[in-house]
Amino acid sequence: MSTMLFAQQILNGLLDGVYYLLIALGLSLIFSLGGIVNLAHGAFFAIGAYLTLVISPYVGFGGSLVLSPVAVALFGILIERFLFRRFYRSDPILSLLLTFGLAMVAEQALRMIFGAPPLSYSIPPWLRGQVFIGDFVYSFYRTVLLGVAASCVLALWFLLHKTAFGRVVRAGVQNPDMVGALGISLEPYMATVAAIGIGLAGLAGVLLAPIYSVHPAMGAEIITPAFVVVVIGGLGSFWGVVVAALLVGLVKGLMIAIGYSAASTAAIYLLMLIVLLVRPRGLFGERITRFE
Amino acid sequence: MSHHDEVSRRGLLKGAAGMALLAGIGAPAIVRAQTDAIRIGHLTPRTGFLGPLGEYAVMAIDLAAEEINAGGGVMGRKIELLKEDSVNPQTASTKAERMFERDNVTCILGEISSASCLTIAQVAQRNKKIFINTGGNSDALRGNDCKKYMFHVEAQNSMYVKSVGRSFLRDGLVNGKNWYSLTADYAFGHDLLKVAKRFMEGNGGKFAGDDLIPTDATDFSSYLLKIRNAKPDLVVLNLAGNQITNFLKQYAEFGLKFPVGGFGFDTALAWAAGKGNFVGTWPVVWHHLIDTAGSKAFVAAFTKKYGKPPENQAWGDYMALKIMAQSMNELKTTDSTKIVEHLEKGAKFDILKTREGYFRAQDHQLMQEMYAITALPADQIKNQWDIFTSSAAVPGPNESLEVIASTKDEATCNFGS
Repeated sequence: MSTMLFAQQILNGLLDGVYYLLIALGLSLIFSLGGIVNLAHGAFFAIGAYLTLVISPYVGFGGSLVLSPVAVALFGILIERFLFRRFYRSDPILSLLLTFGLAMVAEQALRMIFGAPPLSYSIPPWLRGQVFIGDFVYSFYRTVLLGVAASCVLALWFLLHKTAFGRVVRAGVQNPDMVGALGISLEPYMATVAAIGIGLAGLAGVLLAPIYSVHPAMGAEIITPAFVVVVIGGLGSFWGVVVAALLVGLVKGLMIAIGYSAASTAAIYLLMLIVLLVRPRGLFGERITRFE
Repeated sequence: MSHHDEVSRRGLLKGAAGMALLAGIGAPAIVRAQTDAIRIGHLTPRTGFLGPLGEYAVMAIDLAAEEINAGGGVMGRKIELLKEDSVNPQTASTKAERMFERDNVTCILGEISSASCLTIAQVAQRNKKIFINTGGNSDALRGNDCKKYMFHVEAQNSMYVKSVGRSFLRDGLVNGKNWYSLTADYAFGHDLLKVAKRFMEGNGGKFAGDDLIPTDATDFSSYLLKIRNAKPDLVVLNLAGNQITNFLKQYAEFGLKFPVGGFGFDTALAWAAGKGNFVGTWPVVWHHLIDTAGSKAFVAAFTKKYGKPPENQAWGDYMALKIMAQSMNELKTTDSTKIVEHLEKGAKFDILKTREGYFRAQDHQLMQEMYAITALPADQIKNQWDIFTSSAAVPGPNESLEVIASTKDEATCNFGS
């Protein structure tokens, strides 16, 4: 294989990882702060995609890019307020059951409303086409997708690491009781974090609707690799999740590039196994007392 | 007045008791009416990656039962359907067992997954009851794994490959040409790849590349870069379900222009990919634009009931029930063993195509015409459903229907004897 193709595959693999990132960051945030493994995260991704199909005839794809994630985030606030909030301090198995059930309800609801057959949705005309850099060809839409995703990730990093809001959230991850003792109620922070995390999943749904098949079970397809990313990255670490997402995309892309495509999915799990053996808390996982 | 009042109250009580008694007597009558109906089991995946097709199957079999019952039922008895989600091969087997042993169904129809077909067929064989496969394509089901009590309305992989293969041959895409194939990494894909490779090599083609695709893959960008680099004469997909839709959307996204085709297809996938994304030439067992009176009536009835045209999976389940009902009516029995004999003798059925179909005795495959559909250019598309044109029926009117089916050497069936 030519070096050029190999270089293309490496770059493509890295970009591929970015899609998981939007989902994995939300998952990681909600788990770190609330201790809830949100198996319904994929459902919000699917809802975001279906919302795009419904509203883009009226507001266009650009409008949907803004409105759908906001709508999904608002929905997330309701879920947090009435469901998640009851489970923060209870056995994780309960919240696991809750979100597992929620995922099934959401998938079945989509099936009842929109039917089981996949629905058609295409890249809007103004985002079609390819970018050529020398011999490297890439989809124009994916470069836009990458730009949107990267800006979201940077904005989230800024919010968590450079603002007063972020300091409280990070303190809450480490020691919620101490935050409470200082007179800060974590409840509004949790609601915001859930809204951001779930909104990001909705955004991923909007971004991927034009290039993936839109069907009720699409959430279930994406949730597993996203979990792998969270586990490899390590809990509580923002950059851990980012590096893990890129690594997962890279490993998958390389396996395909060298002709072992059949093992490309298995390779991700193998990577997770190796990382967990060497670093049980994940690549950059912090020591979080209440999860030890 | 008060006296009368009491009497009427007592009368009311008597009346109530009488009603209860009547209901008690009536209940067995109702039960008898139910057992009097002919129960038919329907198993098909309704969730998972084949769920979208399963939904069409369920809609169609409901329509068929409705039509049969409206037309007087079977031997004057109504058809009662028991429909369940087959989920996976293990669950399919358990549910088939329960349907035969507890619910006393006369036969089971349905399925899309070849793996589930096999487990249901094993149960059917043990119970000596018919199972009609309406969606499993694997040649192995008609070969090593064939069963005396299993029949196939769905075409086998060989029929798909040989019918669309004619289009590829006509377009000069085989002899001396390089193919790049993507194959689903499970039983169906492997079986299809084997048949496709035999066809390609037999006609002087060779692989420029050949990748196995994990069943949970959704992103094809890495493969698209490889395909672009390999510059094949034809990109061939041995994939199923949403993966075909994902591939087509991303193929258009990357602007690749190599001819595309595949050896297995469902029209629902073309509709999901949509105008502009759907390209290439594909084989189908049936499609909603077939110009026969039977197909037109079926499409009209289906569209009237569900508000959208049927896709090919709908045809399969619709036909299976119609074939069973017709056979039972003609033989005046629901006995599976007698029906097997009848079908093996080559009974002919109107299957909504130009020629009648019959089950081949050697492997119980329905011999029938196939079609190759080709995507219409975007500017010729008038609505979201009619996005392709169809070849004439394959094989042609002067050929035997068996020319596209597997030969005895390609798939050997001896019904376990």
